[in-house]
Order: sequence, then C-alpha cells, then structure tokens
Amino acid sequence: MTAARVVEHKVGDIAVRMLRAGAGEPLLFLHGAGGWPGRIPLFDKLAAHYDVFVPEHPGFGTLENAGTIRDIADMAMYYLDFLEGLDTDRVHLVGNSLGGWIAAEVAVRNCARLKTMTLISPAGVRVKGVPMGDGFIWSPEEAAHNLFYDQSFAERVIALTPSEEEADRMLANRFMAARLGWQPRWFNPALERWLHRVKVPTLVLWGADDKLLPSAYAKRWQERVPGARVEIIPECGHVAHIEKADLVAEKILAFQAEART
Amino acid sequence: MKFVCFHLMPYRPLDMAERAKHRSAWVVLPNALYDPVKGAEEYQSYLDQLTYAETLGFDAIGVNEHHQTAYGMMPAPNLIASALIQRTKHVKIAILGRALPLVNSPIAIAEEFSMLDNLSKGRIICGFVRGIGTEYHATGLNPSFSLERFQEAHDLIVSAWTRPGPFEFEGEHFNVRYVNLWPRPYQNPHPPIWIPSMGSSETIRWAAAPERKYPFLVTFSSHELVSRYLNLYRDAARQYGYEAAGDQLGWAAPIYVADTDERARAEAKAGIESLFNQYLANPWEMLLPPGYTSLSSMKNTMRLRKALGSRAHNLTIDELVESGTMIAGSPRTVREKIERMRESTGFNILVALLQFGVLSNELTRRNMDMFAAEVMPHLRG
Repeated sequence: MTAARVVEHKVGDIAVRMLRAGAGEPLLFLHGAGGWPGRIPLFDKLAAHYDVFVPEHPGFGTLENAGTIRDIADMAMYYLDFLEGLDTDRVHLVGNSLGGWIAAEVAVRNCARLKTMTLISPAGVRVKGVPMGDGFIWSPEEAAHNLFYDQSFAERVIALTPSEEEADRMLANRFMAARLGWQPRWFNPALERWLHRVKVPTLVLWGADDKLLPSAYAKRWQERVPGARVEIIPECGHVAHIEKADLVAEKILAFQAEART
Repeated sequence: MKFVCFHLMPYRPLDMAERAKHRSAWVVLPNALYDPVKGAEEYQSYLDQLTYAETLGFDAIGVNEHHQTAYGMMPAPNLIASALIQRTKHVKIAILGRALPLVNSPIAIAEEFSMLDNLSKGRIICGFVRGIGTEYHATGLNPSFSLERFQEAHDLIVSAWTRPGPFEFEGEHFNVRYVNLWPRPYQNPHPPIWIPSMGSSETIRWAAAPERKYPFLVTFSSHELVSRYLNLYRDAARQYGYEAAGDQLGWAAPIYVADTDERARAEAKAGIESLFNQYLANPWEMLLPPGYTSLSSMKNTMRLRKALGSRAHNLTIDELVESGTMIAGSPRTVREKIERMRESTGFNILVALLQFGVLSNELTRRNMDMFAAEVMPHLRG
C-alpha cells in the first residue's frame, strides 16, 4: 500500500491538488460543495483496497484555477478529460453531494472509463414538493448543525478556528459552489432525462436525516438509474462519508465485490 | 446644489415583535405580516409626500427598487414613477434605481424607461443598480453573474436607446435578434443615467469613464466613507484626464431637521433606529451572497466585520449622527454638515431621505417643510 500523499495534477491548463493513497483498482472520489476534504478516515479505509484519487475541483480552494468552468456541464467535460488522461484501468467513481452530481453528469455523457458509481446524497436531481435546505442562507453554525445527525460532529466543526489561508479557501469554495449550484438550485433539469444512460452498476447511499437534500430524493434516483441500488443510512446527515465513514466504506466494498461477480 | 427628495416606502405598520423572530425583514419575513388595507394607505401617504416635494421646490423626486421586503414597498418602481408623472408637472422623477441583472429581458427595462420619458416629456432620470445581495435570494438569480449581467444589460439598454434599429445584440447573457425600440426616449440621446452604489472601486471607475461620466451616488455610509468614495471618483476622473463636475457626485442620506438639535434627535430617533435595526439589518449570508462582489471585496468586508465584531448591539441615533451616516439637527447644524461634505468632495447632488423607518406622516411633513425652508435655499447655486 502506498502512503497517502498530496500531488499536483494537471488537466489541460488547470492544475489542482490531489490526494493519492493506496493500491489496487482505481477509485476516484469527487468532493462536495464544502470543498476538498483532504485526508479523512474514509480514504484510509478505501486505500487498503484501492488506488484512491481525490482531486480538488477546479475553482475550489482558489477561484484562479476555475479556468473556463462556469457551470456543471463544463465541470462534467473537465472530468471526462480528467478520466481520459488517467493512465489506469476503468475507475470506481464515488461522489458526495455536488461531487455525486458531477459523477452522474459524467456517467450520462460517457461510461467508457467507469467501472462502478457510488453516489452519496447526490445533488443534481430535484423532486418537486420536497424542498431542499438552503445552505446559502444558513449561518456557519446552522450549516454545521444541519449537515450532521450526530451533533458532536457539528460542535467540533463550530469549534474550529480556520487560519487565514483556510478561511480564504472556504470563501473560494462558497463562490465556486454558487457558480455551479445557485440556479437552478443544485440540480440540472436535463440530467434526470438522461439517467437511463448510466450503464455501470450504481449504488446510492443517503443519510436518513439529511437536511440539505432530503433522503426522499433517493427514490427518484432508483427510478431513473437502471438497476440502481439504494441504501438509506439511519441516524446520518448529508455527509455520510464523514459521519459514518466505516459503514460507507463497508457498503462500497460489499457493493463492488458483488458487482465484480 | 441640486436636491432630490428620495423615498424607500417602508411598510410602517410592521409588527416589530414578529419581525424580531426572523433573521431579516427581507425575503424570509412571512408576508402574512403585510396587511393590504394598511399597505394601501401607506402608498397613498408616500405618493402624497413625493408630490408635495414638487411644491416645496425639490429638483427631483426619487424612488427605488427592492424585492420581498418590508424595507420598501417598490418591487416595481416604474409603476410608482408612472403615478408620479400624473401627479406632478415639472419636477424630475429619478428611479434610483432599477436592478438590471435581475431581469431576463433588459429590453423590457429600456422600453419602460422610454415610455416614462415620453409620458413625462423628458422628466426621467434612470438609476442603474445591481440590487442588494438579498435580491439574489429573492429572485434566485445567480449572484456569480451579477456584474457581467449588469454591464451587458447596460450596454443593451443604451444601444437600444441610441442606435437606429432594428439591429442585433450579441452578448453572453442576452442575445436579441431584433432590437428596435418603440417608443424611443423623449430626451436626446437618452435620459440621464445615475449610478447609486455602496462604493465598489470597480463600479466607481466604470461610472467615471469618459464615455459614460455617470453621476455616482453614495448611499448609507459614514461621512468618512462617503468622502472617500466621492474622492475616489474624482481621482478616477483625473486618471481619465478630466475633472469631475459636482453634478457627477451625489450623496444619499437620511436627514431630519427641527428647530433644535435635541428636538431633531428626539423626533427622528424611532424612525432612524427602526430603519437600521429592524428594516435594513441583514445577516451577511443574505447581504453578500457568494459572487455578488469580487472575492477580494468580500474578504475585505468580512475582515472589516471581524474587526468590528458581529453586530451585538443595535445602532443608536447618536452613533448614526456621530458617524455622519445620517444628518439630524437644527437647520444650522444640517447646513454645516452638508457644507462640510461639499468642501471635502465638491459634491453637488443631495439625495435626501426625509421619511425613514417608522417616521410618521406628520413628522415627515414637518421635516420636509423645515428642510425646504431652512436648508435648501442656503445651499442653492
């Protein structure tokens, strides 16, 4: 197993930070609107089985490398370039929230470079009559409380005092998130129409107590993505990969083992 | 000096105990708190006040646009302007302003202003603004593209007013195959364009550019900031190689005049404190949605906010007068403060907010009378 390290990764004119860890089949994790997570326990668990890639999205951390990316379609095209440039076998694609949305946008365009897809509380699809939370109007404290079921996570987030550099990165994350997801809010009306094009085994995980994107949305993904398996995680909020890292790792491993047979 | 009698048209019958239960008087304040019977009376009172301003000799009367808020009842300011045209004869009517990025067809704005200019036979002044941050929560428009849309909508509207049609407009956000305005504006080449702003340096340089020379109005800021922004405009003009005229520089401020300083503060207190603490106060998530300003302006604002501490206390009239954010006092005090700003900036357009917050009709009328009789004549010319 290769030790976790952060490398610079370049696609076209855009250079981003990327966490690399582990060895095995390649697994690409796409982060959510909150920004690049760095090395979190989930990645250590996955690294025991996979060659893990966790890039920071263009524009996140610093707007200067947003390049020409103005919307989610641009971001999907960027990741198609990214996948074509990877010198690996087909990848397991995993994404949370915004990252799940990007993953789905990539998959409906081209699945050739994908082996499986795992979506954790993905954005991208809207269910009428089931309103999302408004993360852009929440104060930082409200956001922390609303993102987790287990409030001890929220308390820890609230207690953190970011350095000036971290605060700058968080602000850039917020700007880039707004650029991609403000209107229509966190979905692309066209995506749902094309989800039948997802040709790889797909797992959808959703925290039962997600206050940003309600878990009721999981059903729509199940209806639209052929053969998708949906699992609702009890006592869990929007960021299951953090709040229930062990469980999420187990689910991913079990699902992919099954997909292999 | 030129005088604009400006109005925000706040919803005064607001239940302040209910207001206190919500994070803002904008966007999220339940509209069950709006009583149409009382609201209709408010419109009547405010139209009367603005009409009365013509009798008092103001050069212009002004209205503005805000959405989904008790702070101002004018989501469509051109409707008010249209009513004012019918009630007045000579006074200019300034719409300060219309929020350009919020619409999907800037042609509609060009058409409305053009109609108003014809209906009033050339009495219209057009303010172009982006709207405050809350507008992007209210309309859902992506704040990331606010500045781009503002500049492109401006280009489209001005070319619609000035270029012989039909022609095609090719933009990033707006694409129009046929631009061919009927009616064309009454004023030639078009109604004056003013730029009310909180003072971003990008906006100041843009407004001051020689091809525009748009009057720039600073709103709701301390004496120090107003002075700094107006002088930034003067500096920008010098860099462009010309000297800014006083008529390019405006200051918008709440003003209250009474026979003594003490009486002025006592009478204005409830009105001005409600304006800042109940009607205007917004959490920064609502006031500054991401992308509404550049990242660097946002950082400056947040650092400033950090330095000041989050606003734990309500502003008092004494603090507001002290900082120069409002002017309240005897005629002599008010004249001196305006003179002081004129000396430090050379500004020549005073946009006076004479009704603010919960200030009653009676006190508003008295304030207007005093201002027109005891302040305006001394500062004319």
